[in-house]
Formats: sequence, structure tokens, C-alpha cells
Amino acid sequence: MTSYRLDKGGLIDRSTALRFTFDGALHVGHQGDTLASALLANGVTLMGRSFKYHRPRSVITAGAAEPNALVELREGGRKEANTRATMVELYDGLVSKSQNNWPSLDFDVGAITSLASSVFVAGFYYKTFMWPKSFWEKIYEPIIRRAAGLGTASKLPDPDKYEKSYAHCDVLVIGSGPTGLMAALAAARSGKRVILADEGSALGGSLLNEQEEIGGQSGLDFARGVIAELSSMPNVTLLPRTTIIGWFDGNIFGAVERVSDHLRVPDPYEPRQRYWKIHARRAVLAAGAEERPVAFGGNDMPGVMTATAMRTYANRYAAAAGRSVVVFGGNDSIYRTARVLKSHGIHVEAIVDSRKESKADAAGIPVLRGALVADAVGGKAVKSVHLADGTHINCEAVAMSGGWSPIVNLACHRGKKPVWDANLLAFLPPDNGPAFTVAGSAAGKMLLSECLADGAAKGAVDGKAIEIPKSRDEAFAISPLWWVKESHDKAFIDYQNDSTAKDLPLAAREGYSDVELAKRYTTTGMATDQGKLGNINAIAILAEATGRTMDEVGTTTFRPFYTPVSFGAFTGPFTGHHFQPVRKTPLHDWAEEQGAVFVETGLWMRSSWFPREGEDWLASASREVLATRGAVGICDVSTLGKIDVQGKDAGQFLDKLYCNTFSTLAVGKARYGLMLREDGIVYDDGTTSRLAEDHYVMTTTTANAAKVMAQMEFAHQALFPDLDVTYVSVTEQWAQMAVAGPKARPTLQKLMDGLVMTDESVPYMAALEVSIMGGIPARLFRLSFSGEHAYELAVPADYGSMVARAVMQAGDEFGITPYGVEALSIMRIEKGHVAGGELNGTTTAGDLGMGKMVSTKKDFIGRMMAQREGLIDPNRQQVVGIRPVDPADRIRSGAHILKQDDTPSMANDQGYITGVAWSPMLDMWVGLALLANGRARHGEIVQAWDGLRGHRLMAEICDPMHFDKENKRLHA
Amino acid sequence: MLIPCPHCGTRPVEEFTFLGDAAPTRPTTNDPSSMEAWYEYVYLRNNPRGPIEEYAHHSGGCRSWLVVSRNTETHEVFGAVTARDFSKAKEAKA
Ligand SMILES: [Zn+2]
Repeated sequence: MTSYRLDKGGLIDRSTALRFTFDGALHVGHQGDTLASALLANGVTLMGRSFKYHRPRSVITAGAAEPNALVELREGGRKEANTRATMVELYDGLVSKSQNNWPSLDFDVGAITSLASSVFVAGFYYKTFMWPKSFWEKIYEPIIRRAAGLGTASKLPDPDKYEKSYAHCDVLVIGSGPTGLMAALAAARSGKRVILADEGSALGGSLLNEQEEIGGQSGLDFARGVIAELSSMPNVTLLPRTTIIGWFDGNIFGAVERVSDHLRVPDPYEPRQRYWKIHARRAVLAAGAEERPVAFGGNDMPGVMTATAMRTYANRYAAAAGRSVVVFGGNDSIYRTARVLKSHGIHVEAIVDSRKESKADAAGIPVLRGALVADAVGGKAVKSVHLADGTHINCEAVAMSGGWSPIVNLACHRGKKPVWDANLLAFLPPDNGPAFTVAGSAAGKMLLSECLADGAAKGAVDGKAIEIPKSRDEAFAISPLWWVKESHDKAFIDYQNDSTAKDLPLAAREGYSDVELAKRYTTTGMATDQGKLGNINAIAILAEATGRTMDEVGTTTFRPFYTPVSFGAFTGPFTGHHFQPVRKTPLHDWAEEQGAVFVETGLWMRSSWFPREGEDWLASASREVLATRGAVGICDVSTLGKIDVQGKDAGQFLDKLYCNTFSTLAVGKARYGLMLREDGIVYDDGTTSRLAEDHYVMTTTTANAAKVMAQMEFAHQALFPDLDVTYVSVTEQWAQMAVAGPKARPTLQKLMDGLVMTDESVPYMAALEVSIMGGIPARLFRLSFSGEHAYELAVPADYGSMVARAVMQAGDEFGITPYGVEALSIMRIEKGHVAGGELNGTTTAGDLGMGKMVSTKKDFIGRMMAQREGLIDPNRQQVVGIRPVDPADRIRSGAHILKQDDTPSMANDQGYITGVAWSPMLDMWVGLALLANGRARHGEIVQAWDGLRGHRLMAEICDPMHFDKENKRLHA
Repeated sequence: MLIPCPHCGTRPVEEFTFLGDAAPTRPTTNDPSSMEAWYEYVYLRNNPRGPIEEYAHHSGGCRSWLVVSRNTETHEVFGAVTARDFSKAKEAKA
């Protein structure tokens, strides 16, 4: 095969010179070329190696279904693997590389697998690499992956932008060939909002590729006229370079617009691609039909391509596949192909027609009737063909046509199957009702005049017809031509996955005759092209091998997406911080000043510890605990969810939400609350304060803040709509800091405007609205998570860092120390306070030792189900304390608890450790655990078995409160 | 899919969070004899093929809980009312 540029013709701008490289070699093409056409025009026909056998490959098509000419495009962060050279618009500076070859495209070691190809037959993945199992990981998989790579991904970040857009329209027309143009025109002239989308670089579809006559002018001029009219109409949106990739519920279509892929670098402020979600009241599919290859030996050789592709390269791109061509097929279109090639000065050696007769015009070109091409002969390029009868014809290229498959994919995305038409030898789209119709050759209309009329009819609104121009039809008659069994060389069905015609009867013989099984056994139709070219041939061969009809075999499932979509298009702008924004607390600046190390907690950045020079996290956290318990510490607790609840029925509403009672809470007091799910399991906890008769402030855990809010909204609106209450999240509006330790009170006293802090004025569990620092409104709570005499001070968010600094200054004389969530966690474990490890979605109030809090006097969410037998069983796992028998030992979270003498096994499991901490107060590791009937087992010696880390030690079960059991410090 | 929120107008389904079948009604008694009714309320849901009324939270919008009627088979959306109105109507019927 010697491909070349024709001297004249084509929709290319010969005044331009676009330089591009392929595997490092410099070439020049023109504006209007695709990478594929430019390579052909430059005489480059070897474009890749096949997946399994590493056979030399060139283009088979000129469009979206291309299985062979997959190349790596661009470099660095913009590198993109597996792009179809047939769809890549040429631009100046384009850099491309072949894939699937080693060490080079021209000399490929992997091609040796072709010699050993008997092991690569259908099911080879299953048969060859079964044994021994350990070989998979170490030997088979690395070799297969290296040999069968489909390009490599860039590991650099993509520097380009991607967008998402929504669109709504009355009529969406998919495809802008003769059918789609007429459909869009008919709909647009009625004034409806129309979107016309086409995957091609320009609108016009097949009219750009073929020599047609419509309305007394060329098909191309007709298309240009219609597009000009459409683009002048304000109700019409034209979307070239836009592939409709899926049809979804609600008549929503997904689409990807390649906004900048045809440019070297996207223009500033322009995305590379745009993902569209199109809500269409009605849609018309005018996607056309795909030409099928014929399975004959060497039908993958560079120089063999579909007849449509060869016509397109000649007509649109002025690129000839070779100097002499054999045209082979079983339908009338091969005559047209021969005439078109002849019109471009390309010598057609012969038309090889598998049928005995045809009425089509051969224009004086020799015709061999009832003949079959058995093999293409050559290697990296076609040199000749052998016919089944032994005839030998020298040629440089072969155009083949096995018939047409309507592109029904989108019409089948919601589950309906296409229907076989034995006259057209095609699967036709199913009926999806008026909201999504199929027109033109996608619906089996094989003549141009039928397409124009069908498009106009399906696009029309309320039956308002438009005039249909006269056109010249090509002959259409077709006989089955699937597989030339006289072939010697491999005859490919699925080019990209290297599955051959012979694989299918083999799969059937081995029991995989169901079309879905055969697909997976042979991998036919499983490549990135999803069997667009060869699947119908596969079905025909399976049908023959098993004595079934095409309908009985049926098609495999058509799933979105129609063609591969880049991850970038789906991701859109939502990457990095746009995907996961950072939430900083109002005290973030202050914490940063204090040298905090932050930890991500959901979206929040929480100060985790405040290391001094030379300290690791444990040294820092231990020092923070000692300083807090020794004098005073300050901790940012702003991330706790805060919900403001107001209204006449606020107390009653809280009584419904919590298992304990809040309507009886005194104004100016706070109370710990436990919230259950309706199934009786604990949902969340926190303190809620009553600031006025009809005004409460709730707190939730950091993790559940949003979920609790949604649950409140549900409870109020759906369950208890009569309650007069309103509530709003104020988490962001308040900065909140815990000030804990024996010197907490004298520290905070310095900030108070007038308030004298005593046990009487600010008793334990007080919740007061106060004024600080000369007029800043604040809320002062006497709450303690640390077990110390402690307060929480809340101020409007913008005052947060300033107030924290003032607290630091006030506590300076006592050696005030900022502490983070690590120290907080140590102190809560020392005090046996439950947190996330225990509130884990499996525990009841009783399990947590809070059974007595559960009211029996009122209805609340979870009340009834919490009483179920299984939830009040005394043998349930309950929260206990645990500490190693040898204080030098370290217990670990997740370790399972076994009885003292039991053998380690999950059968003997008694519970597990939910959290541990190094206690600087007790100078040992202490923890909390969930243990069967645990409260009755304080004092028992057990094993803490950590099978995962291979660790086992003796531990003692104890009261969860490891430190200051009498709570003396709380009230000090 | 588009959901007609009574407050916000027609909005895309991505703005909503679905909770499930809105048919079960929370029992109004805590009498031990009502355990079976509670069990059904908490755990038993029909999974009809066809029309269903479902709770949906307009979490990315007005934050109203709605009851959306739709067809599980065709995904056609018939309409939406607020959960408040739905509950009141149910109450009135009972
Ligand atoms: Zn809304």
C-alpha cells in the first residue's frame, strides 16, 4: 500500500501547512485533515500494532468506530492515550505516537506471539494462565500488561479546564447528515428550541464525505445552505464536535463537546471539553449507519478498509489509500465506491461482487461476479489479493463492504433491544415512543431520498411539513456476506481485541453460545470501540454455528457511553479544592500562630497538636494534657455542629429528638443529650442549652452536624408538622473554644464585663449570655469534656481569633497552653467519655452506660424499638475501660478481647477495643472497649488479641473512668 | 429527571436526597401492644414496580422535605408536595 495525497479536490485548505509528528517523524498536512488522513496523505500507513498478536495495523474507518488507529496524542500533562486518529483534527504542532509496540512500530517483538498464536485462541485468558495461581501476579500479568498495553497515561496533572453545562430544548437532533439537517430544519422552522449536535468537526455528516445531488446542487452545497439557515435562527443551537454519549431517564442526553481538542492549547478561559446534560422534550436520532467489514484473511492489513472510509478519504480529504484498488463486497455500494475512486484517478483493478448479479453501474470497471476475496497478501502493506477460486490480483488497497449496521446505540441505552430485519440485513432500532424517535439510515432508510423525507417527517412539529428537495439515489441491494471461510490467514471480527471469525464457532463448541457469554469468552466487542464494526458479523457467525436466527442470537447490551469519554469531562471543574473545599474554623488563624499541626476531619481542618521544637505528636499531646490538667489549656471546638432552635414548641421538639428530656431544662442551663435513630440505636450526642423560654442552642458531633440537621427537618416537617418551631444551623456563625483546667476560671474572669464568676453565678452546666472585653456578645457554658473545671466560650465568628488571643494573654500568668484534638482525645479516654469509636451505629444507650437517661415518660424518636429484646439483652457488648496488666505494655485499638484462657480465635470473641490513649496522668496506655456484659466484669483479666498486628497481651477490664473517678476536678 | 419543588420550581434531581417510601405512617402510641406496628413502620417497605410516593429532601435547595410521586419503572415524575402537606392530608384521611 502506498497511500498518497490526490492532486486536487477535498475539503482541505491546501494553502495551509500544518506540521505534525508521528513517532518523532515530521510531516505536513492541511487544515481540514484528520491525523489519519494526513498520515495517509504522507504515505504513512502503519499506525499501530494490534493488542494480542501485535499485527501491523492502519485505519479501517474514517470515523468514530475506528478500532485500529489508536494513538497517543500530545505530551506531558496533556498526553492522551487511545485517541482515534480518524477523529483527531490536525493542528500545527500536533505530536502523536503509536501504541502497543516494542521496541518500535516497525520492528515489534510482540509480533512473535503471532507465531505462537495457537495459545491465543478464544478463552485464552481462561485456559492458558490458570495454573499455578502464584504465576498470575508475578509472571503472567506483568507480561500481558506489557505486551497488551493500550497506550500509557500521563502521571502529570492535566493543565486544562473542563466545564459542565445544562441545556433544555424542545427538539434535540443527533447527527447532522441529510436526515438530521432535514429534521432540525423542520423543527426549527416551527419556532421550537432546537439543538443540533454532531460528533464531527463540521456539521454535514455524510454530505461532507460523499458525492451527492440534492435540490439541483451538490450535497455539500445543500448542507451548507441548511446550516446557514439554521445558524441564522435564534431558536437553534448548533453543537459540532459534540458526541451524544448516552440516553438517560427523563429524556436526558449526556454529551461531550470537544471545545479545544482541535487546538494546540486551549484559548485562555476556554475549556478543553464541555460536558452537556441536555433535557430534551423530544429527540430525533439521525446517527446514520456504520459499514461492516467482511471477515476474510488479512482483513486487518494496512490497505484494507471499509469502502465508505476509502471514499471518504478520497472525497473529503483528497487522500488515496493506494494506487490500485480491489473493491469487494456483497451489496450495490461497491459499484459506487469503484466509480468514486475512478473519478479521483485511482485505478480500480476489479469489483469483486460476492453475488451472481447486480443492476448497479460499474462504469466500465471489470466485475468478478460470484467471487470472494479469501486473503489479502502482503504484510505491512497489501500487495495483492487471493480470491477463493485461486485468482490472484495485484493491488495496493482493498475496499470492503459487508453491509450496514444502523447506529442504534442510543436508542437501546434504556434497555430495549433492536430488531433484526432480514431484508436489509440490519438490526433496526426499537420503538421508544414519540419522545425519542429514530430517522434516516439509523432507522434502516437506505436511500438518500428516504433519509431526507424521514428526517423532515420526524423533525416536524405538529405535522407541519417542509418541502423535501429532490435527490439522486444510489442503488441498494444486499446479500449476506459475513465470513469467507476459504481464508488462510486470520479473519478479524473485533480488530482491537484481535478476535477472529474462527473464535466464535469455537466458543459455541465449548459451550459459550449465548451471545453475552461468547462476547466475554472471545472478548469480541469488549474493546474501546465496543464492537461497533464487527458485532453483527459475530452474531451472524454464531447464528450459523448454532443453527439459530439472528433474532434468536440477539445483540449484546448497548450501554452508555457511545464512545469513550475522558475523565476530565465528567469531573468538570470539580478537582482539588473545588471537589473538596477546605473548611477552616474561625480560630484557624490563631491556631496557626500557635504552631498547630492540622488534621482533616471531613472538610474541616482541626488543630491536632501544637508541637514545640523536638516534639513528636505524642510528646506534644502529653505535654498539652499535663499543662491543661496542671493549670489551664485552650482548645478550638468550633467544628461541633451548632443549631439554634426557637419557638413556642422548641422544648417539645427537642423532647422528640432526644431520648432524654429538654422541656424541663431550666433557662440558663445546659444538659447532655443523646439522640437515637428510630430503630433504637444511638445516633448522636451533644449538649443543648436553654438560653430563654423559647430559645435553645443544640450542639452535635462534628461528623454528624449536617445529618442531624436533615433529620431534624424530616422530624419536624414529615412527622410532627404541628410543632411551632424553627431552627437553623449556626455552626459557621460562632467561634467556640474550650478553656479547661484549675486556672480556667481566673483566666476567663479577666475577660468578663461585670460578671463575677463563682460556683453560684456560673454553676456546673450553666449556659449564660454574657458580654466580654468591653461589649463583645458571648455565650459562656460551664461544660467539660476533659473532666477539668472547664468552660466553653462562644463568640461571633469574626471575633474568634481575637478573643482566643485575649484568652491566651489572660492565662499567660498561669502558663496557658493551647491543646488540640489529640490531647482532647487523651483526656476523654482518661475520663471514659464516649465518642465516635463507641457511637458507632451499633450501640444503644444502655451499651454506653446511659440507659438511665432514656425517658419512659414521653414519645421520642427510637423509643419503641430501643426496648426490643435484642437491644436490652444484658449480654450485649457494653462500654468498659481496659488497661494492660503490665503497665509497660501497649494496648491497641481494634484488638479483640478474649477470656483469659481461651485460644485466640474469632469464635471466642468477647468484644474489642474502641480507642486507646497514652495517659500522661497514669503513665500507661489506657483504653475503652465494647465487651459482652462488660459492666459486670470490671476487674476481670482478659486477653487483648490483635491478630492483625500479631500481638497478644493480658489486660484488665475496669470502669471506663480511668482518672479522677469522683469527678473532684470537675467541681474544683 | 426533574422534580417540581413546590417552593423552588422545577429542579434537577441532583439537588435532592431521597429517603424512600413515604407510605408508612409513624404510630402515635408507645403502648407495648403497638410493637408490631412500629416494626412495620421502621423496617417494612414495599418495593413496587410502578407508581410510588417517596420522601425527597431538597437538600441542595430550599431544604424542604417533599413527597415526590414517580414511576419506578419508567422514572416518570408525576408531581411533588411538601412532606408537611402530605402528612396533614394523611392525617385528615385517617
Ligand atoms: Zn425546594
